[in-house]
Amino acid sequence: MSISLRINGEERLLDVDPEMPLLWVLRDVLGLTGTKYGCGAALCGACTVHLEGQVVRSCVTPVRRAQGKSVTTIEGLSPDGSHPLQRAWVEQGVPQCGFCQAGQLMTAAALLKEHPVPTDAQIDQSMAGNLCRCGTYCRIRDAIKKVSGGGR
Amino acid sequence: MTGPLVIARRSFLRGLNLAVGGLTLGFSFSARAQKAPVPSGSQALDATAPGLNPNVFLHVAPDGLVTIVCHRSEMGQGIRSSLPVLIADELGAQMARVKIRQADGDVVYGDQNTDGSNSIRGFYEDLRRVGATARMMLIEAAAARWKVRADECVAKDHLVTHRPTKRRLGFGALAVEAARRKIPEPKTVVLRPRSELTSLTANMPLLDGPAYVTGQAMFGADVRLPGMLTVVIARPPVVGGTIVRFDAADALAVPGVVKVVEMPQPKVPWHFQPWGGLAVVAENTWAAMRGRAALHITWAAGPNGAYDSEVFKAALSKAVSVPGLVARKVGDAEAALKSAARTVEAEYHVPHLPHLPMEPPVAVARMTSDLCEVWAPTQNPQAAQKEVARALGVPLEKVRVHVTFLGGAFGRKAKADFCSEAAVLAKMLGVPVRMQFTREDDLRHDYVNTVSTNRLTAGLDPSGRVVALRYRTAFPSIQSLFGDPATPEPEDLQQGVLDLAFAVPNLTAEIGVATAHTRIGWLRSVYNIFQGFSIGSFVDELAHERKADPRDVWLELIGPPRKLSLSDLGVKELKNYGQPLELHPVDAGRLRNVIDRVTRAARWDERGRDGRFLGLAAHRSFLSYVAAIVSMIKRPDGKLVVDEVWVALDAGIIVNAERVRAQMEGSVIFGMSLALYGGITMKNGAIEQENFRDGGRIVRMGEAPRKTWVDLMESDAAPGGVGEPGVPPIAPAIANAVFALTGQRVRELPLIKAMGRQRV
Repeated sequence: MSISLRINGEERLLDVDPEMPLLWVLRDVLGLTGTKYGCGAALCGACTVHLEGQVVRSCVTPVRRAQGKSVTTIEGLSPDGSHPLQRAWVEQGVPQCGFCQAGQLMTAAALLKEHPVPTDAQIDQSMAGNLCRCGTYCRIRDAIKKVSGGGR
Repeated sequence: MTGPLVIARRSFLRGLNLAVGGLTLGFSFSARAQKAPVPSGSQALDATAPGLNPNVFLHVAPDGLVTIVCHRSEMGQGIRSSLPVLIADELGAQMARVKIRQADGDVVYGDQNTDGSNSIRGFYEDLRRVGATARMMLIEAAAARWKVRADECVAKDHLVTHRPTKRRLGFGALAVEAARRKIPEPKTVVLRPRSELTSLTANMPLLDGPAYVTGQAMFGADVRLPGMLTVVIARPPVVGGTIVRFDAADALAVPGVVKVVEMPQPKVPWHFQPWGGLAVVAENTWAAMRGRAALHITWAAGPNGAYDSEVFKAALSKAVSVPGLVARKVGDAEAALKSAARTVEAEYHVPHLPHLPMEPPVAVARMTSDLCEVWAPTQNPQAAQKEVARALGVPLEKVRVHVTFLGGAFGRKAKADFCSEAAVLAKMLGVPVRMQFTREDDLRHDYVNTVSTNRLTAGLDPSGRVVALRYRTAFPSIQSLFGDPATPEPEDLQQGVLDLAFAVPNLTAEIGVATAHTRIGWLRSVYNIFQGFSIGSFVDELAHERKADPRDVWLELIGPPRKLSLSDLGVKELKNYGQPLELHPVDAGRLRNVIDRVTRAARWDERGRDGRFLGLAAHRSFLSYVAAIVSMIKRPDGKLVVDEVWVALDAGIIVNAERVRAQMEGSVIFGMSLALYGGITMKNGAIEQENFRDGGRIVRMGEAPRKTWVDLMESDAAPGGVGEPGVPPIAPAIANAVFALTGQRVRELPLIKAMGRQRV
């Protein structure tokens, strides 16, 4: 069965099992490897992408749910890494190993769309689904605040 | 693993044309020894490219591009933003014109085992020499061309300048001439004053930052080869287990599944061998996972099938209830305990702990008739090369291991099992293979940190002063993985017991008997985790017993500032993380200093006010000294939360302070995770936890401290470790803060129940 969807602004027609999680369609079928596999159970957020602008965990999202819809991955967050969050992440030295950061950025980008100046509680709540084993949480918070103008 | 490694001349030059690249020399690591350079092939760049190749780490091209090899794995510690910058600093290069190249596994680079917090402390001086040697050759080339004295010339900003006449030449313009010059004798190589090295004096940018935030950084799972298939393996749930029978029909019926193959059965000792089981080969990851779920396998558990972590805990407790092998002895602790006015005794238990790197183990392998190539997020590419060669039965030089970015590692990816599995499959299947661990695989087939029980007994005189300390420890050692007995050797106590800088006049450390029933590995800071937890908690208990300030008791136990000799320590030898005591002494003064600094930063004397309860702990590990204070507050709903954390680090000379701070911040979260949630339980020989829930839970954003303060001590001492030393003091500081707030003493991890919360 074929699925049609828009990925990072580009229309794609895919011949895949509609039950295949979006994560594996992105990684294994389309070669978009910026979105990471971390748990397969929506527990870690490494696979976070936007579906119609909303945060989804692509590891538990069957690709059929993206039929006719628009998907944005880390590769499409900005054309050249110039999204304010991406810039802040580099300037503030947020990443350590970097593996979870695509997911962190996608969640943070959605947060700022909804709450341009989020409170600490909103940041903690929105980002709660994104694990970072290296422990970059404090810097993630600071970087979000810097971009939103909510920081010191 | 540390220590000097002599670089043997490469016997296999990979077809490099040495004649074209000019004189190329191998760089001989030697711990502070002067050694003559050894002719060898340059790895910094394809040697068919002309230019300066003074050693295997560095190449200066005629167009000025400097290529620097990073021979250590990048796993989040920022080593690629640190070591190559240190070399470039010594050279006088502009980082904008430096290309960093990640080394393959190859003995020519010396020790590549990115482990033991050893990258800076092990290579600081040697790698500065790499840059300084090339700098001298460029300067000599310029001086010869200008017919001036070399000591009138300086190298800076990618240029050599003749100071008196202000004449300048670029590195590129000098590269070919420099390559014709004689390599300076190591003893004539002069290092720059430290003030000239920006990596020591300024915050350095995160060089790989842009790649990380755009999804372009290539991790192990991101490697794609033409015709590659994906494999997920059903491994025996119990270490040493075997397949009795299986039925793969349902698995093979899953669309996309290509094949099901049996993996080789490992033999004792486990080392880094593949785990056995059944491999499901598929066109994509999802099909492989579904195929594995459809397998029907009957397992035989084997000799470890009865392992039960609750039962084993009782065995360890028994082991520390009787005298053990004495590993450290000062005075006569037994006699002093008998005559003490009173004694304080406590027993601490730390369970097996998981690694849980965000990127589960994964490797890609391709086998051709004369070469097996592996792409993997490995901490130890040479160990991977060795294990793959063993598994395939081919010579070492027929295996090439390429190192990708590591999505976290923490010791897990120093084991080569996943590389070996991928290579074995590539050989069996005849096509390129990506072998992917699922998160469940990562937890169930981890090389868990060991499990331990410690019993500490102190004797106090009538004034409360500690006159005796008996430190008993029991845990299965890492050496069991390699076939040695599980009961630790005295040297295994170097991590926090033998080097415990206490001035107690009667002190013994004893080792209890232990057995191993799973693959014991090493996790970030290793044995220091439970040694630090025990001693860090016990000092606090003593303070409470004496109604004294814990800081004062710490300082009293440590005693006056001094460097402790072997006889002061009461040990025959101290491994000291592979470094001589003369260079890296056990320094009571430095331990005192970090305690002093951290208590001042956290306003220790104001603790308990405004609902702000503090816990303190300090620990020496990997030749660095760390003290930490955790502030615990009680929320209106009754839950305890970590509010702020202060860390003071004395790691000697600091390279790239910005990344060192990041390591301390990360260590706090890592320490919190293992303290609050850590705890692998085993039943019927198998690990019970499966994913980032239950015991696989780690700290989330909302639980992270509101603020982490890091204080880096300025020091001229030789560099110590950074990646691990921040971890050990965190768990005891948390437990001590819980005690300060609630009066409840928790002597066992995880702590979450004591904090009013349940496991999720």
